[in-house]
Amino acid sequence: MAESEPSPSQGDFIRIEGVTKNFGTFKAVDNVSLNIGKGELFALLGGSGCGKTTLLRMLAGFETPTAGRIFIDGQDMEGVPAYDRPVNMMFQSYALFPHMTVAANVGYGLKHEDMSPARRQDRVKEMLAMVQLSHLADRKPHQLSGGQRQRVALARSLAKLPKLLLLDEPLGALDKKLREHTQFEIANIQYKLGITFVVVTHDQEEAMTLASRIAVMDRGIIRQIGAPSDIYENPNSRFVADFIGSINMVEADVVRVDGETVEVSAGQLGAHVKVLAHGWSPGERASLAFRPEKVTISRKKPAGAVNVLKGKVQDFGYFGKDSLYRIKLPTGHVLSVNAVNAERVAAEKAVATWEDEVYLTVSPASAMLFRSEA
Amino acid sequence: MKQRSTFLFSVLAFGLAFLYVPIFSMIFFSFNKSRLATVWGGFSTQWYGKLFSNSQVIDAAVLSIKIALLSATMATILGTMAGLALARFRQFRGRALMSGLVTAPLIMPEVITGISSLLLFIMMAEWLGWPGQRGFTTITIAHITFSMTYVTVIVQSRLAAMDMSIEEAAMDLGSKPWQVLRDVTLPIISPAVLSGWLLAFTISLDDVVITSFTTGPGYTTLPMLIWSKVKLGVTPDINALASVIVTVVAVGVAISAVILARADKRRERDIQMAIAANK
Repeated sequence: MAESEPSPSQGDFIRIEGVTKNFGTFKAVDNVSLNIGKGELFALLGGSGCGKTTLLRMLAGFETPTAGRIFIDGQDMEGVPAYDRPVNMMFQSYALFPHMTVAANVGYGLKHEDMSPARRQDRVKEMLAMVQLSHLADRKPHQLSGGQRQRVALARSLAKLPKLLLLDEPLGALDKKLREHTQFEIANIQYKLGITFVVVTHDQEEAMTLASRIAVMDRGIIRQIGAPSDIYENPNSRFVADFIGSINMVEADVVRVDGETVEVSAGQLGAHVKVLAHGWSPGERASLAFRPEKVTISRKKPAGAVNVLKGKVQDFGYFGKDSLYRIKLPTGHVLSVNAVNAERVAAEKAVATWEDEVYLTVSPASAMLFRSEA
Repeated sequence: MKQRSTFLFSVLAFGLAFLYVPIFSMIFFSFNKSRLATVWGGFSTQWYGKLFSNSQVIDAAVLSIKIALLSATMATILGTMAGLALARFRQFRGRALMSGLVTAPLIMPEVITGISSLLLFIMMAEWLGWPGQRGFTTITIAHITFSMTYVTVIVQSRLAAMDMSIEEAAMDLGSKPWQVLRDVTLPIISPAVLSGWLLAFTISLDDVVITSFTTGPGYTTLPMLIWSKVKLGVTPDINALASVIVTVVAVGVAISAVILARADKRRERDIQMAIAANK
């Protein structure tokens, strides 16, 4: 998804400068600085309690930063109450007004706009058509399904055409099939209207498919900002590598450095592994990591390859397009390996099966080294 | 199996009898021809006739209803405001103290509330020259003070159960706090406000103790009238009066139950339709 989108104009449409938020002695957000460009679909990704929602609520004006400043379109937001900000929010619970019809919900924010009743009605119709709910305009929220409510909430938050739309776990309450459909719908609407979106989510898949850029948050700080592919392929820390996707991670010692090639000894693998990396010197402790799909699995020993490990298939799961293998090394350590089922064969004739002896190859470019974290 | 159902049935019968035999015997004896309240002397509706031609009873009933309407309305306004403050303004100085003070009258013996109200009115009359005469105003004020507590508790618990992000959404869409209150909060909590009003109304309507302390010459409410009459012995006209009250209350309860059940059914049906339409 991210690749097919036009590259968003980078810039400082939203400027978050050294923002901190304390709740009592708890630091929910710790000195965060972040710029978001106009028209971007930006995701704040992190586990619960990482501060992503607090940051979102500070953008909306529901919380005031303990320190730091927030600028939206060049305007300092300090002291600007939520109802005066050019920002609208789609709530996780949708927060629809239960006593109003769908049309009244969508039109509620327009009451405060300087527009004629006819113009207002047109806008409501336009918004309902956009989310394909025109036929339900006179329903009350409790007469709608979860997916329909979600779309009413989206239409309501977009009705005022805000400069910035905040989405708090927009797909959290939907089932899997609806999620997939809706996340493309949201991305399409965002593209059509050109409004800057900031999405908060704990779901990395959601962040990956929706966002043009992602900020990974942990305990109040931003660990990495980048395009989805950047964060997945070039995580800047052990935390990010571990948080995004699945990964094999073992402790290792740097043995030799030869230009760009770093050779480490990994006790859990019972082998020396060569990694393309820089900034390391012999004797250092490191975490060696590689993603399951970056490992090649074969029954014959590959000739002339580096980083070959031998192991036994302990377990495997067949997922149709690919299979996940759990390979037990002679040291007892178990690695996860993904193999694409490229050929149409019966499962038992696939790449390997239980108790098979296999060879695993990790190319030096696919392996990563991280410094241990406190 | 049969054994158990007989047992359950007798428990149910006993429980119902415990609750309703006194009421039905009262209604039964209100049709008694005899002057003695507990000796059957034949069927008659004479006591109802006497009741409705007794201006003392009618005046007392009108006074009670007037006080109950006014005090319930005032208590609802003040109680709702207190409930909003307690439920929505998370941190303010003296929040715990206010919460305690607001709910204290719930457990305060009525006699204490009555005496303290009386003392307050006497002191105010002395120092401010108001209220010069105790009566309608003082009873109403006393009723407001203790019935607003009930409204506060009901409204506060409804607000605590309400999703706060609904109010935030209204504010996010450009409504100032008072507009949020008018457009969103009050409409959503209106059932709680209404039941608070009803509770305040009934509490005021049947109060004897606090009313006795705060009333003045010439102001006798219906419960006070009944109380003073019973002191001279239970007469069939009291039975008739009580039966009228029971009938009015029963009809009121039945109507509200039917309305509630209908609303529930409609809601249920709407939800089913929404689910079906989505398939």
